[in-house]
Amino acid sequence: MLNMKDISVTFNEGTLDEKKALQNVNLHLEKGDFVTVIGSNGAGKSTLMNMISGSLKPDIGSVSINNKDVTILPEYKRSRYIGRVFQDPMAGTAPTMTIEENLAMAYARNKKRTLKIGVSKKRKATFKNHLETLHLGLENRLNAKVGLLSGGERQALSLLMATFTEPNILLLDEHTAALDPSRAELITNLTGEVVNQFGLTTLMVTHNMQQALDLGNRLIMMDKGQIILEVSGEEKKSLTIEKLLQEFQRIRGQQMDSDRAVLG
Amino acid sequence: MWFISVFGAFEAGIIYALMALGVYLSFRILDFPDLTVDGSFVTGGAVAAISIVNGVPPVLATFYAFVAGFIAGSITGILNTKGKINPLLSGILMMIALYSINIRIMGKSNVALLNEPTIFKQIEGFWGSLGIDTVLNNMVSALGADNLPGTWSVVIIMIIITLVIKFLTDYFLKTEVGLALRATGDNEKMIRSFSANTDILTIIGLGISNALVALSGALIAQYGGFTDIGMGIGMIVIGLASVIIGEALFGTKTIARTTLAVIGGAIVYRIVLVLALKVDFLESSDTKLITAVIVIAALITPKIITARKESVRKKKKRAMLARGEGANNA
Ligand SMILES: Nc1ncnc2c1ncn2[C@@H]1O[C@H](COP(=O)(O)OP(=O)(O)OP(=O)(O)O)[C@@H](O)[C@H]1O
Ligand SMILES: [Mg+2]
Repeated sequence: MLNMKDISVTFNEGTLDEKKALQNVNLHLEKGDFVTVIGSNGAGKSTLMNMISGSLKPDIGSVSINNKDVTILPEYKRSRYIGRVFQDPMAGTAPTMTIEENLAMAYARNKKRTLKIGVSKKRKATFKNHLETLHLGLENRLNAKVGLLSGGERQALSLLMATFTEPNILLLDEHTAALDPSRAELITNLTGEVVNQFGLTTLMVTHNMQQALDLGNRLIMMDKGQIILEVSGEEKKSLTIEKLLQEFQRIRGQQMDSDRAVLG
Repeated sequence: MWFISVFGAFEAGIIYALMALGVYLSFRILDFPDLTVDGSFVTGGAVAAISIVNGVPPVLATFYAFVAGFIAGSITGILNTKGKINPLLSGILMMIALYSINIRIMGKSNVALLNEPTIFKQIEGFWGSLGIDTVLNNMVSALGADNLPGTWSVVIIMIIITLVIKFLTDYFLKTEVGLALRATGDNEKMIRSFSANTDILTIIGLGISNALVALSGALIAQYGGFTDIGMGIGMIVIGLASVIIGEALFGTKTIARTTLAVIGGAIVYRIVLVLALKVDFLESSDTKLITAVIVIAALITPKIITARKESVRKKKKRAMLARGEGANNA
């Protein structure tokens, strides 16, 4: 489904600010994989997501989706295959437009946009049905401007907009981070539901270890632009936060040892 | 006296309303402060005038003007999206380039159309035979107006044209492409993540915007009987004035409401201007000053009104609380 080969990205190369955001990253996702991504600030998680969505291009390496090389395909063309939810609840919706208009724009993601009315009667009914699955009462507010919704409501809507057209790949970058704990839990649960319902191939970045353990069938840990740990299947199911932290210490420690070795 | 000046202002206002709709598309829908307008308005007038002088039928000449405006706007869009030049500068560059281009189109700095056919003359010819003017004039003179307009045909045909374009605009902004266009101005990052090519949408949006501006210029040229290289100066401010006045007076609840408000704003602006110029000490050279004052008033008045309403509401609430507390204490 998704294949990333030897991806490297360096920002501000040759300056004092030089930052190796990704170093020789390889990642392969099968259809239906749900991968949670953890790692400290600046580990390169968002950069990894941006490589997939095409909002940034790698210096070296290639990205392919469905065996099609998309490395140089511009973001707007790639987004036919990709649904995204951003960390900022403001980022995923158009605030001055109504709920139904936002849904209509999302509906057109994998189609050619035409000069037909975006919110047709028939679609309105479809949108209503989808909104009902959120259990937030948004189905009764189709004509409300999205800017009037709360952060949690907007994020739920963003999630719906990113998923209901069943993208090949779903990218979630800390999409619950800006919400209060109860709203975050709601969005987390909704995420589990929709991913299951449509069997979406998903990559989810989170700083919440428990969330990373609860959701998905695979987990990757990133540090300093590299994937330092991959866990999947039964192994992931038996994973606990303690074990994860231990593992992190172990790898980090080893790395520190080897750094020391190199530095003499 | 009153009636005929207001009538004239209404007539011109509804032609300028097309320009205001164009400005609405760029400034409000695309959130792109496009200054191409000062140039593309004249381009419209120049293309229409020179075509008519060279024997092109007025309707076709007007259509050419529309296309020329579209091209001018698209180039501004290309400068911004492909050339990565900031919006204001893209518009200014295009405006200044158009100044020379417009003189090239006309071959000199103005073209007269007094003895040429125009859309309005053609319609007036047909209209006169219908005898509607007499009926309408009888009606208004019964209401007490003594100075009567020579023809109603311009007003009637312009109401029809402007409304048709308004409804087409409303429809377009609700289509799949139109929604993506609006989102480009609202949240570009978001609509790109829903597979919209925001570069192309910006280019098309600015194209349509300036096509409407040029159409307005072409009609104003035929209405006034000439095109002059200076006729576009300050046009962007007049367009903005119309948008701001309209929004303040008539509201922005829906797209359809707002486009109607913008048309209303353009007409109100003309009427206020004509009435202001009737004040003895003001002269026609004060037009720009009056325009600035009108815009300032339209910007500030709604804020003052809201602030007053708020303070009245708060006072009431405080008074109510005070009374409630009094009751509790007793
Ligand atoms: N456009 C950019 N220009 C320069 N440096 C950048 C850019 N984007 C990211 N970086 C740097 O690359 C590194 C990786 O950033 P990235 O956003 O991928 O981290 P992250 O793992 O998502 O962190 P967080 O958990 O804080 O979101 C950081 O050091 C960051 O400062
Ligand atoms: Mg990040």
